[in-house]
Amino acid sequence: MTLFTKLSQRTWWIVGGVFVVLAALLPLLNISIPGVLPGATYTPGTLQLLALALLFASLALSYHLLFGTAGMLSFGHALYFALGAYGLGIVLQQTQLTLIPALGLTIAIVIAAAYLLGSLSLRVTGISFAMVTLAFAQAGNVLVRRNPAITGGEEGLRLDTEHIPDFFIGVINTRNLYWLALALLVVVFVIVAWFENSRAGHAVTATRENELRVRVLGLRPFGVKLMAFVIASVLASLVGMVHLLLQSGTTPRATSADFTLTILVIVVLGGVGSRWGAIVGGIIYTLLDQRLTALAGSDAIADLPAVLRIPLSEPLFILGTLFILVVLFLPGGIAGAARRLSTGTSTTPLARKQLEEAE
Amino acid sequence: MTEPSTPIVTESILTVSDLNASIDGQQVVESVSFEMLPVGVTALLGRNGVGKTSTLRAILGLIERSGEVSIAGERVDREPTHRIVQRGVGYVPEDREVFASLTVAENLRLAERDASPNRELIAELFPDLTDRAGQLAGTLSGGQQQMVSLARALVNDNRVLLVDEPTKGLAPLIVMDVARALERAAQTVPVLLVEQNLQVVRMLAKKAIVLEGGRVVYDGSAEELLGNEALTKELLGVA
Amino acid sequence: MSTIILLLITGLGLGALYFLVASGLSLIYGLMGVLNFAHGSFLTLGAFAGWELARRMGGESWGTLIASLLLGMIVGALVAAATEFLLIRRLYNRHIEQVLVTVGLALATVALFDGIWGTDPIYVTAPPWLSQTTEILGARVPNDRFLLIGAAVIVLLGIVAFLRYTRFGLVIRAGVENRSMVTALGIDVRKAFTVVFAIGGAAAGLGGVLASHYFGYVSPQLGGSLLIFAFIVTVIGGLGSLAGAAIASVAVAILQQFANYFLGGTGDLMVVLLLAVVLLVRPTGILGKKA
Repeated sequence: MTLFTKLSQRTWWIVGGVFVVLAALLPLLNISIPGVLPGATYTPGTLQLLALALLFASLALSYHLLFGTAGMLSFGHALYFALGAYGLGIVLQQTQLTLIPALGLTIAIVIAAAYLLGSLSLRVTGISFAMVTLAFAQAGNVLVRRNPAITGGEEGLRLDTEHIPDFFIGVINTRNLYWLALALLVVVFVIVAWFENSRAGHAVTATRENELRVRVLGLRPFGVKLMAFVIASVLASLVGMVHLLLQSGTTPRATSADFTLTILVIVVLGGVGSRWGAIVGGIIYTLLDQRLTALAGSDAIADLPAVLRIPLSEPLFILGTLFILVVLFLPGGIAGAARRLSTGTSTTPLARKQLEEAE
Repeated sequence: MTEPSTPIVTESILTVSDLNASIDGQQVVESVSFEMLPVGVTALLGRNGVGKTSTLRAILGLIERSGEVSIAGERVDREPTHRIVQRGVGYVPEDREVFASLTVAENLRLAERDASPNRELIAELFPDLTDRAGQLAGTLSGGQQQMVSLARALVNDNRVLLVDEPTKGLAPLIVMDVARALERAAQTVPVLLVEQNLQVVRMLAKKAIVLEGGRVVYDGSAEELLGNEALTKELLGVA
Repeated sequence: MSTIILLLITGLGLGALYFLVASGLSLIYGLMGVLNFAHGSFLTLGAFAGWELARRMGGESWGTLIASLLLGMIVGALVAAATEFLLIRRLYNRHIEQVLVTVGLALATVALFDGIWGTDPIYVTAPPWLSQTTEILGARVPNDRFLLIGAAVIVLLGIVAFLRYTRFGLVIRAGVENRSMVTALGIDVRKAFTVVFAIGGAAAGLGGVLASHYFGYVSPQLGGSLLIFAFIVTVIGGLGSLAGAAIASVAVAILQQFANYFLGGTGDLMVVLLLAVVLLVRPTGILGKKA
């Protein structure tokens, strides 16, 4: 028996809770990790970075729900993130609503869009589904770029702070945004976990394996898949909205295929099918991205011969290569590797439980 | 039926030992072991869905499987499908699986493996196909497609033929044509035949292996099995 | 009337470009079940190779143009074959992982191109005839469109001939229809995989050089922006169908041209709308295999 299997589910939730409390305390502490964090943990710069890391963790979790649990490879997940960010931004700019009603309105719009586009996309599966989601996201990209009057076009959309509570505005209040991001991560995690353990969640995982069998059991694969799709999309849009607040704006990059691919990379690196893997992946990616950009511009790299310098000065090249290596040689990602080290298997406890139930 | 002269063979042409196979995680063949006759037709029988087709596909490695498969004394279960086939296995799948978008001639040409394909034999056994050489296989009738599928397996000098329900869905006259072609083929190549049509089995098979629930429940003379009405009914469900 | 002619011919030209990219995608998917995200990078690399050659040889002559087209094709074919051999082959039958690997490759290669050539568009030089126009039924058609259409037709005929008259072509046609039966006939389909990748890469590389003349520049983003349209075309035409890709390329491109002209620049959106309609009515595409 190993560490993973000895501890019960409840123990893991307690461990998680402890991490959340520790994370919440960070802005009040003076911890410095040179080389990783730009400053001590109470400084706005570091808190901005950490908040971003938490947001990416949430985003990765939402994609984990879509791809890891429901098995739907979507190349258009970024669309809903952007819908949240641009949606909230435009609502705040164009209407007199305060934050909460604006959030509510945006969520409603996202639900409608996800329901409509999801229903259309789920007419096909597998690779075709992936391409269709890509096409819709691309349409979003085009819409954003071609309507600069509303969306700010290539320059991006700036956050209209008129109706937002003060404690979210200004550099001094970065830590409030950090706590908001942390709260969001907790909310997203709880929702994802709840769904995975629900009957619908089990159905959707079974659908991933064998759609025919699910239909024979009387469940409607389409229905549960659509549900997973809409939930994942709404979660992504929530991340987008907080991102808008954090960055005081948003840019068309949020709608690009590149962005979805980045999320995909994060989830695969962290380990498809693992909630913790998604979180760890999101955090590591954000920190790594920042470090790699700094490293890329550093003197150490500049001194290397061109053959090494050129690839190494592009963070995405390193990420892409790392990704290829992980897919080829480390299929379970970080979570899979960790699990293999401790238990000797690479299936998640949830998957194992479902396999056992199916026997 | 006169017996052709048989060469002395020291090892079996096809032996299966503790074969297990699964599709999508569902086990379809469980611990099946049998040996084919080195000459003539060995029938693989059983009710619908009992695992006969899966057994053939498992032998070829087309589905996930474990266990031992030996051809002419050599183990082949570690090899990929195309290597197993290259050793001299002719496969006539259930539902024929001709390439609809290719012509009859192209279907046959695709199957040719060695330098001297048996073109005259094919022309002799299937004169209809020669006439239809340029026709798209997808436009052929069921019986004609079955002939193409059979011809594909006969175009090379194979050491064993795996034939899966060749008379399925065919009119009685065509069934006889197919049976006769098989009989002719079996004179030179041993055949493992999966068949539901017991009349054909009676006509062709010397040995019978019956599967039930994915396992072997009878292994012996075909004549004895089919001669015993009660046994036939019990194992196969029909007379 | 002359506007219609112009839109039709420029649409055909753009369609030719889409076809050059989509043909490879469709074949690769049809035979191997792999969605090749790195296809855009084959195109971009072909474009850059062609540009580098033209830069050294003097860009205005026809000889240079032909040489750069050939080089683009060869580079595309080699890189594609290498991709299949080194990366895709190891993941045989694991379709999701194969897609992921191509995603990683796409990310890494675009970043690499950014590093080598910079992110800004680089303008290309071409024989002057290409930037001139020819009058057809009252419409002044830019000549580069004819080059595109000509190239696409040659490629289409070439691929069709290859599929019809060679052994590899036979294997590929059969494999697209029923891969496991091909294996059951004793044929190692994996060799055909490399060939299909190489063909797709060659078409993409050629398309890359042509795209650089169509748009007037090369940049690391060139392949990616075309790839999305190629994906849409492939879905509409039906995954695995070369004829479907051809028809859909023309249909999508012409729709785009007309929508851009008559409906105020909404070409891109109309294409997505067309995709949605096709999905609703015929999810496997115009000529696609039934699921």
